[in-house]
Amino acid sequence: MTAIPPVDAPGAPAHTGSTATRYLGFVVAGGLALLVALGLFISPPSIEQGDATRIMYIHVPSATTMYYGFGLAGFASAMYLWKKTEFWDLLAGAAAEVGLVFCGLALATGSIWGKPTWGSYWQWDARLTSTLLLFVLFSGYLAVRALQMDTAVRAKRAAFVALFAMIDLPIVHYSVDWWRSLHQEPTLARRDPEIDGMLLFSLMTGMLVFALLFTWLLIHRFRVEFLARRHETKGLADAIATRRAEVHLDQSHRSPDVLDASTGAMETTP
Amino acid sequence: MLTDARLVAGKDLRLEFRSRVTTTQVLPFVVAIVLLFGFAFEPDADLLVEVTPGLFWMTVLFASMLSIQRSFGIESADGVRDGLRLSGMNPSGIFLGKAAAVFVQLIAVEVVLGFTVTILYGAPIDGLGVLIVTALAATAALAGAGTMFGVLAAGLHGRETLLPLLFLPAVAPVLIAASQAHGLALAGDSGSGLRWSALLALFAVVYVSFGALAFGPLLEES
Repeated sequence: MTAIPPVDAPGAPAHTGSTATRYLGFVVAGGLALLVALGLFISPPSIEQGDATRIMYIHVPSATTMYYGFGLAGFASAMYLWKKTEFWDLLAGAAAEVGLVFCGLALATGSIWGKPTWGSYWQWDARLTSTLLLFVLFSGYLAVRALQMDTAVRAKRAAFVALFAMIDLPIVHYSVDWWRSLHQEPTLARRDPEIDGMLLFSLMTGMLVFALLFTWLLIHRFRVEFLARRHETKGLADAIATRRAEVHLDQSHRSPDVLDASTGAMETTP
Repeated sequence: MLTDARLVAGKDLRLEFRSRVTTTQVLPFVVAIVLLFGFAFEPDADLLVEVTPGLFWMTVLFASMLSIQRSFGIESADGVRDGLRLSGMNPSGIFLGKAAAVFVQLIAVEVVLGFTVTILYGAPIDGLGVLIVTALAATAALAGAGTMFGVLAAGLHGRETLLPLLFLPAVAPVLIAASQAHGLALAGDSGSGLRWSALLALFAVVYVSFGALAFGPLLEES
């Protein structure tokens, strides 16, 4: 990994927002308002599940967004191992973190939906169980990223954890699937989806809005981490500069043969 | 690569044989767990026999944590890890050697554990062929994944807590498949049991291959 430049290097962003992200933020806010209106008021209750189906407008988009996050984290980790640049490391971390938030949201909303539908908050169903396992796997990934150590070494180890999780993903999925399965079959994947027009429209709106929300959060999380690293570098650089200034101040009042802290060499004042 | 693997496995097993950590610490530990499970579930014979496959493999998972930590603990003193790095040995060979040493120790643990659950829980020994195939495949998968995570956590602060967090959820599929195969073998359904064992063999190939590829870059900076 290349050395991190100081925070006040030319071209370095000073904050996490930009004109583009501000516009994106407005679009996301509007989209979320539209989704609430569609989900709670405009779309009709479903024939089979009644009002309980409304949580699907959050649950399904959360689950698909979770896959974007974890998929991107896996891809960025592979790219990091290839390119060894800070960009891919930061992208992997940001994507995994945002993905984990949506994974938690998918689990929570699924659980809330399960209570009236299945009669309990949790079922040992294949997809639920493998999603929870995925949540724990990526929690481990973030635990590695949170370690206080050299950023390049940490980035490499984290990248291998993410790659292992990606390889483990199908293994987890199929083993749990063969173990047991109660989850509703995917409704949208069918060639002839049995879903009302307005319900489908609301669901698709949810997917689009959540994808935009994911992008917005990802950009901000990426920039926060980018700035945080530079802040750390700057803190160290400032401390060194202050210490050097103190030494130089000392030298002007001292007798000959003082140690120059900046070079480590002995110097003699004339 | 295989010569290096043999050398490293020989070194680890010789160390283990001389220090007797597996026999004096890991084996009493697994017997203690079997005993504690008995206390937790009441010594109701039927229930214990029913849950024996799950308890057996949970105990193996706990024991594998100890073996893996020990496998990298012996490298931490006196800069042995630096020695390994500088030895010029093939990193994949080092990985295979360390995984093989963990594999041999875990198989020894499983044999003792098998006898213990048979005696204490009254679990039957049916479908011995399937049980052996299952044990070999599941242990290879655990040793492969464990050695990979072992080197990943080596030398880190908090490695004792990080290793279980990374390793245990990652090998959940092994626990599922091994418990299923074990349960089916005990129930006399060897055909279905073997299907799970075949799945375990696939997991072992995937984990060992990934570990062999990742070990070099991870050892470089551990």
